[in-house]
Amino acid sequence: MSWPLYDSGIASGLLAGFLFGFVLENAGFGSPRKLTGQFRLEDWSVFKVMFTAVIVAAALLWLSKLLGLMPQGSYYVPTPFYAAMAVGGLLIGAGFAIGGYCPGTSVAGLAGGRVDALVFMFGMIVGTVLFSAWFGPLESLYLAAQGPKAQTLMDLTRIPEWLILIVLAAIAWGGFKLGSNLEKKFGGPYKASDLYGEKR
Amino acid sequence: MSPRAFWSPFWAGIGLGLALFLTFVLTGHGLGASGFFTRLTADLGQWVAPELTSNNRYLGDYLSTGSPLQAWITWEIVGAFVGALVAALSSHRFRPQIERGPSSGVTSRVLMALLGGILTGLGARLARGCTSGLGLSGGAALAVGGFVFLICFFVAGFAFSLIVRRFWQ
Repeated sequence: MSWPLYDSGIASGLLAGFLFGFVLENAGFGSPRKLTGQFRLEDWSVFKVMFTAVIVAAALLWLSKLLGLMPQGSYYVPTPFYAAMAVGGLLIGAGFAIGGYCPGTSVAGLAGGRVDALVFMFGMIVGTVLFSAWFGPLESLYLAAQGPKAQTLMDLTRIPEWLILIVLAAIAWGGFKLGSNLEKKFGGPYKASDLYGEKR
Repeated sequence: MSPRAFWSPFWAGIGLGLALFLTFVLTGHGLGASGFFTRLTADLGQWVAPELTSNNRYLGDYLSTGSPLQAWITWEIVGAFVGALVAALSSHRFRPQIERGPSSGVTSRVLMALLGGILTGLGARLARGCTSGLGLSGGAALAVGGFVFLICFFVAGFAFSLIVRRFWQ
C-alpha cells in the first residue's frame, strides 16, 4: 500500500473537516478577539498553533518519504506566483486584522454562534464577486512573477529537507519564547473564561 | 455552565498538524477553506445572474462541471462546521452573539466584519488560497508560495492592527 490514497470522497472530506473544525474551536480560533490578539501581541496562539502544525505535518511528510511510504512528488505543492501570493497575503492579513477572521476560522466562529462570522462570510462572497468582475484588469497581476512549478524551500535554497525542518523548528522555538514573554507583558493570552463571561 | 478552557497552543498545534498530515495521506493535498466560498459564490451567481456568471472568465470555469458545490472541499467545510459545533457545545462555549471588543458598537463591528471579509475574499482569489489552503497546507509542503503568503499575511496583520486596535481592545 502506498500513500497518498487520493481519496476525494465524501467520507474523507467530512473526516478531515471534522478534525480541522474540532481543533480550531478547541484552540479558541472561533473567537475574533483571540485571533486578532496575535497582531496586538497579546495572544500568540495563531503563531504558535500554525507553526507547530506546519512543522508536525512537514516532519511526518518527510518521514513518510524517507520510509518509502510516500513517493517523492506524490502530494500537491502549490506553484509560487510571487506577486499575486504576496498581494493576496497582504489583503488577507488586513482582512484578518479588520474583520477578525480568515476563511477557515470564520467557519469555527459561526459554529460557536457568532453572527459576525456570518457577516464576514458574506463579505468574502462580495470579495469573490469583485475579483471575478475585475478579473480582466487583475489578470496580469494574477499571473505575474511565476516561480518554478511546485517550488519548495529545498529547491530555492538547495538546503536538504531535514535541515530546513530543524531551522523552522528553531524559528518556532524562538517565536514561542518571544511570544510567551510578550503575552506576559501585555496580560494575555485570552482564556475561555475571559471571552465567555455570562454577561458583558 | 462555565466554559471549558482552550487547549494549549502547543497541543492544539500538534492536533492540527496530525489532522493536516492525515488529510495529505488520505487525499494527496492539505486542508483549505476559501475554495469553498468561491464555489458558493459561483453557485449563488448561477442562481442570481446565470448568464453573467457563466460568461465570467473566472467563475465560468467553476460552472463547466455542473454544480460548483460538488467538490471535496464542500464536504470538508461541512465537516469543519460540525467539528467546531461539537467542540463548542461539548465545552460549553456555544454563545449566539456578535463578538466584538469592549469599546466597539454593533454597527462598527458588523461593518468591520463585512470590510474584512471583502478584503479576504479578494485576497484569497488573488493568492489562489487562504491562511489554511496556502499558508498552513502550503507551509507543511514546504512550498515557497506558502511562506511568501505567510510572511505578507503577518506583515499586513500587524500593520492594519495598529489602525483598528482601538475597536478590539
